[in-house]
Amino acid sequence: MSETKTAATEPVDYARAEINSALGAAEKIRFFSEMLRIRRFEQTALKYYNQGKMGGFLHLYIGQEAVALGTVSLMGKNDHVITAYRDHGHALAVGMDMKACMAELLGKATGCSRGKGGSMHYFAPDKNYWGGHGIVAGQTPLGLGLAYGVKYKGLKGCCLCFLGDGAVNQGSYHESLNLAALWKLPVIYVIENNQYSMGTSMERSSAMRNCLAERAEGYGIAWDVANGEDFYEVRAKTWNAIRRAHDESLPFVLEVDTYRYYGHSVADANAKKYRSADEIEHYKTHHDPIRLWRKRLVDEKVLTEESADEIDAAVKQEVAEAAQFALDSEDPAPETIFEDVYWEVDNQTEVGQTGRHFFGD
Amino acid sequence: MPLITYRTALNQALAEEILRDENVVIIGEEVAQYNGAYKVTEGLWERFGDKRVVDAPISEAGFIGMGIGASMLGIRPVMELMFWSFAYVAWDQIINNAGQVRYMSGGLINCPIVIRGPANGGTNVGATHSHTPENFIANTPGLKVVCPATAYDAKGLMKAAIRDNDPVCFMENTLLYGESWEVPEEEYVIPLGVADIKRAGTDVSLIAHGRAVLTALKAAEILEADHGIHAEVLDLRSIRPLDEEAVLATVRKTHRAVLVDENKPFCGVSAQIAATIQEKAFDDLDAPVQRVCTLDAPSIYSPALEPIQLPTPERVVIKALDIC
Ligand SMILES: Cc1ncc(C[n+]2csc(CCOP(=O)(O)OP(=O)(O)O)c2C)c(N)n1
Ligand SMILES: [Mg+2]
Repeated sequence: MSETKTAATEPVDYARAEINSALGAAEKIRFFSEMLRIRRFEQTALKYYNQGKMGGFLHLYIGQEAVALGTVSLMGKNDHVITAYRDHGHALAVGMDMKACMAELLGKATGCSRGKGGSMHYFAPDKNYWGGHGIVAGQTPLGLGLAYGVKYKGLKGCCLCFLGDGAVNQGSYHESLNLAALWKLPVIYVIENNQYSMGTSMERSSAMRNCLAERAEGYGIAWDVANGEDFYEVRAKTWNAIRRAHDESLPFVLEVDTYRYYGHSVADANAKKYRSADEIEHYKTHHDPIRLWRKRLVDEKVLTEESADEIDAAVKQEVAEAAQFALDSEDPAPETIFEDVYWEVDNQTEVGQTGRHFFGD
Repeated sequence: MPLITYRTALNQALAEEILRDENVVIIGEEVAQYNGAYKVTEGLWERFGDKRVVDAPISEAGFIGMGIGASMLGIRPVMELMFWSFAYVAWDQIINNAGQVRYMSGGLINCPIVIRGPANGGTNVGATHSHTPENFIANTPGLKVVCPATAYDAKGLMKAAIRDNDPVCFMENTLLYGESWEVPEEEYVIPLGVADIKRAGTDVSLIAHGRAVLTALKAAEILEADHGIHAEVLDLRSIRPLDEEAVLATVRKTHRAVLVDENKPFCGVSAQIAATIQEKAFDDLDAPVQRVCTLDAPSIYSPALEPIQLPTPERVVIKALDIC
């Protein structure tokens, strides 16, 4: 972390932040297990992708797990989440069914989107999880809209809207920031700065050199930068943003420094060209969020190495079962291609049967 | 003649035009240092440097609009959209600015810009990434749109598009980039608005553009081998301008037409072709015009189902047999 980036001047132990000091051992262990679930899920997904069992793109979140879990672990009943195509981590963090997530990757009828969306397009409104969006920054006005809806209904809640370091360069994000400030909407933009947008580093894409969250200044929005490998820090800084959103209905921009170990997607042939193998190795060895959290819990005597290994074994078992479920599931039936296009047609309402909705044969 | 890929053909066209005209500049996401997301621009940055091959941040509305503005001053930008599906972010710039400025200025301004990239389904990338907007573009007078089906056409049409003084939307196909065709070493340019008979026949006309041409060719083989039907395959190549004469000529020859189109059916390119045929060659028809389009729903992800959503040779054969 370069010191120019953070507002804090002295090293802070975020474990002592109120939101963290209140945590019990069971919860801390659950966070460990949840982060492992994301990682093991994706490792299995990678295997299936390489075996040709899934199609399209697979954008792995491996290396960034503490961001999704640290932020999502603070969500209350009226808090919502929306993200981009690198969406498995947030999906599992909000509690989406791992089996349905795996089946979606394989395009099966039992998938969370019935095989229609694929890896980039997971959704679970029942978990306040609104996707899973394939167009860079396309989710940023939607996140604003979720915040608007929460405020309109008079609820105390907010929207955590995730975006990448490349997405900040889209106009829709900037329009959203202005609206968020103008209309005081409780949206929290979490910029997951994994240092690259495909093969482009921040230096080659952002005119503002210092950090990305700072652009919020131009809109009068409060901002901060967090170290994404420190689970406690992510939580402490997110909680600060959530409190402002809940209590004052104010937006916030939180940039979280993190790193992805794999290519932009698994199809990224240049994954080791625009950055060195040493750089990747360095992050894996010294900055891995799961490894650091595990060590922290062992140091706190919340966890022993043996119990950590047992948790990992149980997670692997759960992932294996999810994979088996996905493999055993049926492909969607061809006629389902025409389902889920129009609500009125699906629900066979009167308007859904007036006029022709589908063309061709 | 050397066999080269569709990708290499495009790459050669870009390199040759950069060398020919100092105003040609390539701009897009990952086009320079990364060599292009689909490697169409491979080696060009290394060869021609920062001024001619420019990496842009993810700001399509901004950089596409910038290219249109620069083209008003006589620069000839060739803008890459990583996918045409991302054009919607820049839609206002393309439709309202590139498409209308000439008309609204009473002819004082023109935009010699090319906007290029892949526009296709069939790779399981889901509904947001599988759009084929050639019909939307063609619905906008002021814009031109071409959809090459082979490496030969891709190269010749790209050179024509870059030299054209109007905005040309150039739609490629990720499933074709790796396919090879014969391409001459000598220079050639294929004018926009000229269709091409990819296979001569007498019994039925299969009219298509883009990858659907290959689907039509496969269907023609099956019709010949299994049913003794000689299908003619007409490749439109350019959607607007459209070679109406070639469409009418093939229909007058075979008296039957099956239109093969990876657009969705409603107001798809084939809908315009069907209207043209019935208006101008009605008396030549021995049967109603048939269409085979992408099934009318957003593009499904499921790898098991997406292949049947797109036109298949089998569906084309069935339609042809219906009217032959
Ligand atoms: C409008 C649009 N342009 C381009 C793309 C292609 N694309 C997908 S992800 C990506 C890079 C985004 O990087 P970043 O915002 O840093 O997120 P990360 O992938 O690192 O999570 C690009 C260029 C797209 N999906 N949508
Ligand atoms: Mg990034």
